[in-house]
Parts: sequence; structure tokens; C-alpha cells
Amino acid sequence: MDRDGERIEITISSRFENIELVQVIAEHLCENAGLDEDGSHWIGMAVREAVANAIKHGNKLDVRKKVNATFHLHDHELEIKISDEGAGFDPATIGDPLNPQNLMKTSGRGIFYMKTFMDQVRYSFAPGGGTSLVMTKNLAKGTGVASSKV
Amino acid sequence: MKATPRTVESVEVIKLDGKITIGSGDQQLREIITNAPNQGKTKILLDMSGVTTIDSSGIGELVGSYTTVTNRGGKLKLLHLPAKLNELLHVTQLITVFEVYENEQEAVKSF
Repeated sequence: MDRDGERIEITISSRFENIELVQVIAEHLCENAGLDEDGSHWIGMAVREAVANAIKHGNKLDVRKKVNATFHLHDHELEIKISDEGAGFDPATIGDPLNPQNLMKTSGRGIFYMKTFMDQVRYSFAPGGGTSLVMTKNLAKGTGVASSKV
Repeated sequence: MKATPRTVESVEVIKLDGKITIGSGDQQLREIITNAPNQGKTKILLDMSGVTTIDSSGIGELVGSYTTVTNRGGKLKLLHLPAKLNELLHVTQLITVFEVYENEQEAVKSF
């Protein structure tokens, strides 16, 4: 198998129990690319958060709606795209969980964790509905919270 | 998630095992913590050593649990944080909110 040109795609229905399927794919892909257990775990966690958001906030737990995940590894650059069939949202409305006013909130940390564990996180919204989240990570630069943003 | 409670010197020590993730364990944790003060249990020590996976929903439930217990005049503290949970609490600065212990006796005495 050519690791540098690997592409994996999976489509799931909007059930929380399917999140782990996508997370496991992410972690195995990273481990196969030579990443250590911790680094693979944090990328898997970013994927978990992205898929959970797509199921809960995007597809509103409607099991008829799908979440699609594609993983593309090329030259140590991992690109992960998570797409849902939801109405979309304005990322600017998501508060900073480190703001003292938000510290004790029970939600609002998912995107923050994605940004912490990945190099880049960006959203795009299709005109007819559907949100796509693209996250990238250079696997050669090291991973994990301690080695990247903190 | 499995929760195993026991009482040590008036402190409710609850050992959590398994996942605290969205749709699996997060609501269960909320129920346990909401019911504890109703049963007169206001000193709560959560033993996290058996927690295998936690996500932002699980972290949110920990924060909600802390607020619930504190608002009812009680205290909630954490024992034996797994390394990855420790990191998740650090990056969100929630580590400054929770009292965390590595020794159960010491934790129980701190209430």
C-alpha cells in the first residue's frame, strides 16, 4: 500500500455509536504512517469531536442524514474532511472556552480541541445545505498537545 | 460507563470506569451527580483512574457536575487523573477549577 497517497472514505448514519468507527480509522491511519500512540490519539480525538458535531449540531441526530469522512494522506500531510447534511452555522458565534466568562460552560470545547490538536481547521458551507469541515495535520512535525500549540 | 460508589469518612468516593463520551456515559454521570446531594452526599471524590475515553461532552459533564455540587453547598474533587484527561483539562484551563489528588487518603482528608 502506498502510504503517501492513501485515501480512505467512510459514510455513516447520524448515530453517536458510529463516532468510534471514524475515530478508529483516523488512529489506525496515523499509526500506519508512523505516528506514536499519543499523536494518533489526539488526531483521533479531533475526528471524534468533528463527527460528534456533525451528528448533533449538523444533522440534528436525524439518522436518515449521513456524515461522510474522507482521509487523505500525502507527503506526511494528513487532510481530513467531515461533511454533514445540516443547515450550517456561523463559526464566529462560537465563544472562546478560555474566556473566563465561558470557563464553566458545559459545552463549546469541541472546536477548540480540534484546533488544538490539528494544524488547520476550516469550514465551508454548500449553498443548498451541508457543512464541510477540513482539518489538516503535518505528521512529520510531531503531534499532541504538548508539542504543537501549548 | 460504570460507577462504583463507596463511603470513606463521610466522603462519597465514586470510581468511574469506561467511557464518558457523547451519548455514552455523559448523561449517566449527570444523573449520578444530580442525585448525590439529594441523598445528603455533598462531599464527592471522583476516582477517574478507570476512565478510558473522554471527549468534550464528558469534560462538559465534569464541569456541570462541579457546578451542581458547588451550588448545593458541596464539594467535588478529582482523584487519579489519567494522563490524557489531565492534558485535556490543562489546555482548557479547567485544571485551575478542579482540586486534583493522586492519593485517596489525602483527598478524603482535604474535605
